[in-house]
Amino acid sequence: MRNLWQGRKIPLSWLLLSRQPVRLLVALAGISFAGILMFMQLGFRDGLFDASVTVHRLFDADLVLISPRSASSIRMAGFPRRRLVQTLADPDVEGVSPVHWGLMLWRNPETRLNRAILALGFNPDDPFFLDPGLSQKTEVLKQKGRILFDQLSRPEFGPIADWYREGRTVETEIAGNRIRVEGLVSLGTSFGADGNLLTSTETFLDLSPQKPRGSIEVGLIRLRPGSDPQQVVERLQLRLPDDVKVLTKQGFIEFEKNYWKSGTSIGFIFTLGAAMGFVVGCVIVYQVLYTDVSDHLPEYATLMAMGHRLSHLLGVVVREGFYLAVMGYVPAYLAGQGLYWFVRDATSLPVGMNATRALTVGGMILVMCMLSALLAMRRLVDADPAEIF
Amino acid sequence: MAAVEIDSLSHAFGQGDMLRTVLQNISLRIDSGEVVLLTGPSGCGKTTLLTLIGALRTVQQGRVNVLGERLDGAGRRRRQQVRRRIGMIFQGHNLLRCLTAEQNVQMGADLLPGLGYRARRDEARHWLRSVGLEDQMGKLPHDLSGGQKQRVAIARALAAHPQLLLADEPTAALDGATGREVVELLRRLAREQDCAVLIVTHDPRILDVADRILRMEDGSLLPPVE
Ligand SMILES: Nc1ncnc2c1ncn2[C@@H]1O[C@H](COP(=O)(O)OP(=O)(O)OP(=O)(O)O)[C@@H](O)[C@H]1O
Ligand SMILES: [Mg+2]
Repeated sequence: MRNLWQGRKIPLSWLLLSRQPVRLLVALAGISFAGILMFMQLGFRDGLFDASVTVHRLFDADLVLISPRSASSIRMAGFPRRRLVQTLADPDVEGVSPVHWGLMLWRNPETRLNRAILALGFNPDDPFFLDPGLSQKTEVLKQKGRILFDQLSRPEFGPIADWYREGRTVETEIAGNRIRVEGLVSLGTSFGADGNLLTSTETFLDLSPQKPRGSIEVGLIRLRPGSDPQQVVERLQLRLPDDVKVLTKQGFIEFEKNYWKSGTSIGFIFTLGAAMGFVVGCVIVYQVLYTDVSDHLPEYATLMAMGHRLSHLLGVVVREGFYLAVMGYVPAYLAGQGLYWFVRDATSLPVGMNATRALTVGGMILVMCMLSALLAMRRLVDADPAEIF
Repeated sequence: MAAVEIDSLSHAFGQGDMLRTVLQNISLRIDSGEVVLLTGPSGCGKTTLLTLIGALRTVQQGRVNVLGERLDGAGRRRRQQVRRRIGMIFQGHNLLRCLTAEQNVQMGADLLPGLGYRARRDEARHWLRSVGLEDQMGKLPHDLSGGQKQRVAIARALAAHPQLLLADEPTAALDGATGREVVELLRRLAREQDCAVLIVTHDPRILDVADRILRMEDGSLLPPVE
């Protein structure tokens, strides 16, 4: 360590950058801009994918049964309810709860127009919700024809929340059946659903008479404390026939996210946006470093004439790139934080900084600067020490 | 020992029809500690000869021996290593614009092997004092006069403890009195180091600082006049 310190040289890279503050500022502005663009695009992408599983996260379950024919939350297929009961034979399974899950046509009570809403039907006595506040509200669902309405649903469903808070009796129709709003919950919209409602199994089945009785879309399983979910998944999958798929809760969440990631071009579009930021950043850093090397070419040639190694001079350019990356990342990170805060505030989309994204963007900026430095270095080869006399 | 020994050196630029011989059959010898001046009309090949001795170009024909190293047939890396032992002073001072006087000189001292940062910095300060610039150490080249810049360049060249010093028209950008001062300083410091010096110049006012004067014309050395 001491030797390293003693062996240090004049910090040429740093001085080259800092003694030209305007150029440095332009470079940093460019890098930060690219970084902010990447933070924004990747943040929105992840935020939208996270939003697609708000409903999936509601449940207090360790394992989830679904039909292998289910593609995503908007196309859930049914499977025999018996399968869920059969899992109780496993010693690690503590309890189960069936959930009906599907889109229904909701009539806007004001405009009388229909729109698809995501409906969940469950047993109000044993709702399996993580949020205890939510579980308390389900009491009112024991009466038939009552529902809880998600107040974060899009306004196209009608001024339900406002009317309810004003104390009015809010009633409307689903598939020709009258229903009454008995409370409000806050869940949030996603790709697949513009709005959500919660109701009891019985009401759900009344509202969708075409569904076969003994069939459910989601089976929730709670395990005894201390059991290993992964092992139980394997055991159950072996024991149960092929008409059900056993997932951990995380697997259930991934199942939904994967549909939107690979089944649609949403991910691609945002990744493309981030890639644009990367390219723009590359161009700016390359421009700055290339001009910098060109401007100082006679000085580099002088250093070579003095006997400094070419590799030492290449190192100067690489270090310039590195300093630019570090100095450009800090403002990009801070601005990214601010931007996420702003977006959360304005849209209720769950975007936030996380370590993976902070590292990804940091790595991209580093690659961007190093790549530009490498390209700019080629100019150094033009420095001919024989031409300086 | 001879610092420079050249035997029938020839050099040409261009190829084919464009081939132009710039140096013809040059032989010379410079002993260590000797101060030699090289003069001649413009375009006669002085700078070309200097770059060949300075290991900045590959030797095409003839034998060149500098500080005990053969330069004919030496590769890029070998020449770079020989250059570390040669101090060079250019017509324009060629200082690094973003470095202070002290840092510029230290770029020379940084070439010394096995010395810690402090030692190299003290070396730089020592040479700046020797050229009379102890008050200007923190200044950027931009804020120095022409003579001061050339003195920084001398300090930088000497800071690497060279055994041979090459200077191409070091006084060209300076007025008469300053030019003379600078060259005398150069000679005195080189003497103290026992360092051989080769100065290319047109300036008749500085001819008397030399131990010996070489005259060139059309790519050949003229016989010495006694
Ligand atoms: N890189 C090159 N390519 C082609 N020709 C060159 C090159 N460098 C120099 N020459 C030519 O070689 C000849 C000698 O050039 P050189 O620079 O050595 O002369 P000089 O004696 O230093 O002249 P001056 O006193 O004007 O500096 C000139 O005719 C010049 O045009
Ligand atoms: Mg010349």
